[in-house]
Amino acid sequence: MLEALSAGASSFFVTEIENNMRKRLKLFRRIGILLAPACLTAAETATSMVVVADSRKLTGLRAWWANLYNDSHLNFALITVLVIPLSGVILGSLADFFMSRIGIDLKSRKLREG
Amino acid sequence: MDWLYTLMPIAGVHIWWPGLIILGLGVGIIGGFFGMGGAWMVTPGLNILGFPMAFAIGTDITQMAGKSLISTMRHARFGNVDYKMSFTMVGGNIIGLEIGARTVMWLERIGKIDFYVRCGYLVLLSLIAWLVFGDVAKKRRKERQARAAGRAVNELETGLEWHKTLQKIKLPPVMYFNKAGIRCSMWLPVIVGFCTGWVAGLLGIGGGLICMPALVYLVGCPTHVAVGTDLFNVALSGLYGAATYSYKGRVELLAALIMLVGAAVGAQIGTVATKYVRGYGIRIFFGIAVVGCGVTVLMKLISAANPQLKPLMDGSATVLILGLVTALALYIVYRFLLGVREELALKKQKAVVA
Repeated sequence: MLEALSAGASSFFVTEIENNMRKRLKLFRRIGILLAPACLTAAETATSMVVVADSRKLTGLRAWWANLYNDSHLNFALITVLVIPLSGVILGSLADFFMSRIGIDLKSRKLREG
Repeated sequence: MDWLYTLMPIAGVHIWWPGLIILGLGVGIIGGFFGMGGAWMVTPGLNILGFPMAFAIGTDITQMAGKSLISTMRHARFGNVDYKMSFTMVGGNIIGLEIGARTVMWLERIGKIDFYVRCGYLVLLSLIAWLVFGDVAKKRRKERQARAAGRAVNELETGLEWHKTLQKIKLPPVMYFNKAGIRCSMWLPVIVGFCTGWVAGLLGIGGGLICMPALVYLVGCPTHVAVGTDLFNVALSGLYGAATYSYKGRVELLAALIMLVGAAVGAQIGTVATKYVRGYGIRIFFGIAVVGCGVTVLMKLISAANPQLKPLMDGSATVLILGLVTALALYIVYRFLLGVREELALKKQKAVVA
């Protein structure tokens, strides 16, 4: 009798669990159908992702730079395009100056292929 | 050790800044020596340091503009930059780049982009490696024949001579490029610029990898002049890339500036090292770099086709790239130091004799 009772109890619980799972699956399916259009449009939005610089942790020049980036990508781009060649010329001239102190000829080379 | 890490204001990541200087130094040495922008080594390097991929690409192109300008300044003092050639090519380059980019958009629409771009990259690198090593073999054969016949070996002679056939096509206007020492139709560098721009736009790489061998084998520039002229082209296209990526908000200027500090030193070393290496020495090491790059692309293709091999292939590709960059950079520094020592010893000897 005890065995019959426990078998009956376990089968009741299994049925309960199965019913709960079925209800959850139905709910997930309904949510999924509702979210499908949003998922499709979400894929498009991801390709035009905008990055925002977090200037809260920054101070001084870095904070100014991050705020400039957030305010205007055009100004950010203009300053980048000006700073990079200028820095290249300054650093290149400095490196050139130190290289010339070595004492080697930096103005000519012999053209030899083989 | 916190002072070794700095917060990047735009990307919002903490980066080990000595790594940026080392990367800049390495790419400066290799770029100054071979005339490459170095995107194939810097982008994965920046990604490994902690940059998201889009920032790695944008920052790389930005520092490439500055680094190439530094190398161009040094090469120009050696007389290695043919500005006339560069400006003649740039128009064809830009049109080719734009058409290459539109071809990419078309491939993306038909859903074939990844596979075709990677395969295209592999085919191109194999072709360049075959060109370089075939040329070296032919040159060696000519030298052996000259020695056997008792003739003096011409120092300026080359193996492959496709450029001689192309230079004979005198479609007006015909121009003389004095630094390169070439008289040819204006359309030769324009078409070569267009083709290299198209391939660069299609494969998403800087033009240096394609432009340097194109200048050598198709236009007929001496190797040293091809390196210098190519660097100027890379500086111009890098500036365009910097403008477009910074407008899209994917450039970390602070990182690019830190890298430029290393690149300024590296570019000097790499450029001056070309003084002590013959043209064919530069070509052989260029070929080795191309083979290494091709192997990493093959690994990426295998990783894309077999997801279970992805961690092994991606890790191996990274180790190979960084190992190759380190080995090449160290060898170039070695040749630089050796050459400087010999030149100073010779100078001292001449001073004593005088």
